[in-house]
Amino acid sequence: MLIEVVNVVILALLAVTALAAVRLNDLFAVTMMFGIYSLLATIMFVVLDAIDVAFTEAAVGVGISTVLMLGTIGLVGRRARKASHRPILPLIVVIITGAALVYGTLDMPRFTDPAAPVHQHLGPYFLNESPDQIGIPNVVTSILASYRGYDTLGELAVIFTAGIGVLGLLGLRRRKRPGHEGGAR
Amino acid sequence: MTIAGLYNYWIVILLMMTGFYVVIASGNLVKKIIGLNLFQASVFILYISLGKIADGHAPILQAGISNYSNPLPHVLILTAIVVGVATTSLGLALVVRIREAYDTVEEDEIHDQDESM
Repeated sequence: MLIEVVNVVILALLAVTALAAVRLNDLFAVTMMFGIYSLLATIMFVVLDAIDVAFTEAAVGVGISTVLMLGTIGLVGRRARKASHRPILPLIVVIITGAALVYGTLDMPRFTDPAAPVHQHLGPYFLNESPDQIGIPNVVTSILASYRGYDTLGELAVIFTAGIGVLGLLGLRRRKRPGHEGGAR
Repeated sequence: MTIAGLYNYWIVILLMMTGFYVVIASGNLVKKIIGLNLFQASVFILYISLGKIADGHAPILQAGISNYSNPLPHVLILTAIVVGVATTSLGLALVVRIREAYDTVEEDEIHDQDESM
């Protein structure tokens, strides 16, 4: 019962934080709201038994993402101008999309229902077979590093590509510029 | 029962739409990327909610416990979180580059500069 109460409260706090982020125009405050939002999501993950995800979200979502955003704000300035055009059209689009999604949830299995289709096939297989096939107690690690090892390798390719992209956009150019100004050319 | 069973999904949809609204209604490029991150985190919560079983335990095998939450959504979301920060960093690098070229990160000012060229 306690878990249900915590679940409801944390979700409500998430909604409040997200709505505050919409209304603020100071980018520093928006970034802090995003940090709080990620931290609340981390608590959600602990409540919902996803310990590994909570670790990663705490390190990557709360830590690295927020620091990257703060670094960007340091370079581009923290004031966002209020949108000049009226936000009626985006609001209509968002409400229609949200209504369609809510309609879609009516057919979904109820929260924490053990008979939901998602719990019938691969989940039990991994839970039953991984102690014999892989031999470590943490099932999430078994799946991540072994059953879905190629997926994790592909993830590394994505990070590598993103790193090259960031270097190409910022790193290499920065280093060249002082050389151009003070160099022999 | 229906409302209690769907509460998580509805709040997630509210969060998703909040992020979506920031992406399409905000003119500031940094704020757009923060909106994209809000959207992304809400999808994470949706997946983890789907994996939860009533009275389940974290999927770390122990003697005497047989009721574990589904580990597969956790794995998918672990991958998604890391890919998410990679795309965020690339997006923010693009914003910094745009700021160098246009001296602004407001969408309509960039548009005006392009028009007047």
